[in-house]
Amino acid sequence: MNFSTIGQNIVRLLIKYWDKFLITGLSYTLSLAAITVFFGTIFGALIALMRMSRIPPLRWVSSVYTEIIRGTPMLLQLYLFYFGLPQLLPFLNRQQYACVAIALVCNSAAYVSEIIRSGIQAVDIGQTEAARSLGFSQAQTMRYIVLPQAVKNILPALGNEFIMVTKDTSLASTFFIGDLMTQVLLIKGATYLPIEPLTIAAIIYFLLTFVLSKLVGLLERRLRRGDIR
Amino acid sequence: MATSGKLIEVRDLKKYYNGEAIKALDGVSVDVNRGDVMVVIGPSGSGKSTFLRSLNLLEQPTSGSIVFEGVDITKKTDAQGKRINIDLHRQKMGMVFQHFNLFPHKTILQNMTMAPIKLKGISPAEANEKAMALLERVGLADRAGAYPIQLSGGQKQRVAIVRALAMEPDVMLFDEPTSALDPEMVGEVLDVMKKLALEGMTMVVVTHEMGFAREVGNRVLFMADGKLLEEGTPDAIFNAPQNPRLQDFLSKVL
Repeated sequence: MNFSTIGQNIVRLLIKYWDKFLITGLSYTLSLAAITVFFGTIFGALIALMRMSRIPPLRWVSSVYTEIIRGTPMLLQLYLFYFGLPQLLPFLNRQQYACVAIALVCNSAAYVSEIIRSGIQAVDIGQTEAARSLGFSQAQTMRYIVLPQAVKNILPALGNEFIMVTKDTSLASTFFIGDLMTQVLLIKGATYLPIEPLTIAAIIYFLLTFVLSKLVGLLERRLRRGDIR
Repeated sequence: MATSGKLIEVRDLKKYYNGEAIKALDGVSVDVNRGDVMVVIGPSGSGKSTFLRSLNLLEQPTSGSIVFEGVDITKKTDAQGKRINIDLHRQKMGMVFQHFNLFPHKTILQNMTMAPIKLKGISPAEANEKAMALLERVGLADRAGAYPIQLSGGQKQRVAIVRALAMEPDVMLFDEPTSALDPEMVGEVLDVMKKLALEGMTMVVVTHEMGFAREVGNRVLFMADGKLLEEGTPDAIFNAPQNPRLQDFLSKVL
């Protein structure tokens, strides 16, 4: 085996299976990532609010949840949801895609909640005091003063989380969901070539996350411009 | 505004931390009259900032009462059983902080007009006009469109003062307003405060500026260990101090 044959094989595989990589695989990967990011952010924000709530049971539930999710391997969580959810909720029987998506959302929500919570708490307490002293309520202070400043702390970290999520969707291939990594496994099985499909997938993943990180950086700079120095 | 009478009545105010281990405030009683310029002095850790921050409940006192314009704001409900909304009372108590606490994501003008527009329902045009007039008074009208980060410390504190004034409060609380400033900027802030005092604004000022206390204050309070140890006119406090703690304190700072 040498590099020129690998190169030739990659070109051959791309010609023969381009639709498996770029249509089937990529669409599964992107849809899983989009679902995870979208619902992960919504649930993550809710968990963060619970975590900072004045009602103790809400705080306990949310902190136990984040600790458990962050303290167990993601692959284990995927297995647990994959086998456990259909038993708990019968309508999810044979709905592998849904089970994996739910597992990814639950995992991401825990991390996002920590990002949002720390971003909010990083805003100087003096900002809250100044707003409250002017007569703003707690909710108004959050909305007009704290959150606009917290967004600048949250966004870069959230962008990194999105990139992580995009890569984490590859774990879905454990259950042959159909994502990019699943296509790698299928093509490897059909052609007995392991390196070439892996290389192709690596390039696709890299391009995907590279574009994402550039977009996040752009957004970050746009936000910075808001408060000219 | 200069009608006389009690504006704030503080009775037996206590603030304890860790049970009773730390007594930041240990039974302070004092009346603030309309038109008073009350200066609170004392060594650090004496509880003077805690006292000031209790007046608008940024610190929740452990016990005691604070009657502001006839309402005991430390209670949940007033004499008629109506729920007390502390936010409404805070609108009438302007506060200026040691570290300015301007909103960095808003321009100077927005810093000043936000609360009047959102809380008092004043039209943006009217709020802008009033804010510009206030900025004019402190010589910062040309910086209306700037962001806080572009201002010097002294300018920031002047903006913080007029931001509080934009809500047209009945009393202004100053929490060591010059302590975080470079020495050459202290004067410009004290000048603004002095003008305000001469206009008849009721002020409670926690400060280490003894010159200001002597020259501008009409009453001086000396606090130590969470207690109000001596109260009097600036002349009495600075020229004929009675309490040995006050005598000791003055010998160190004057």
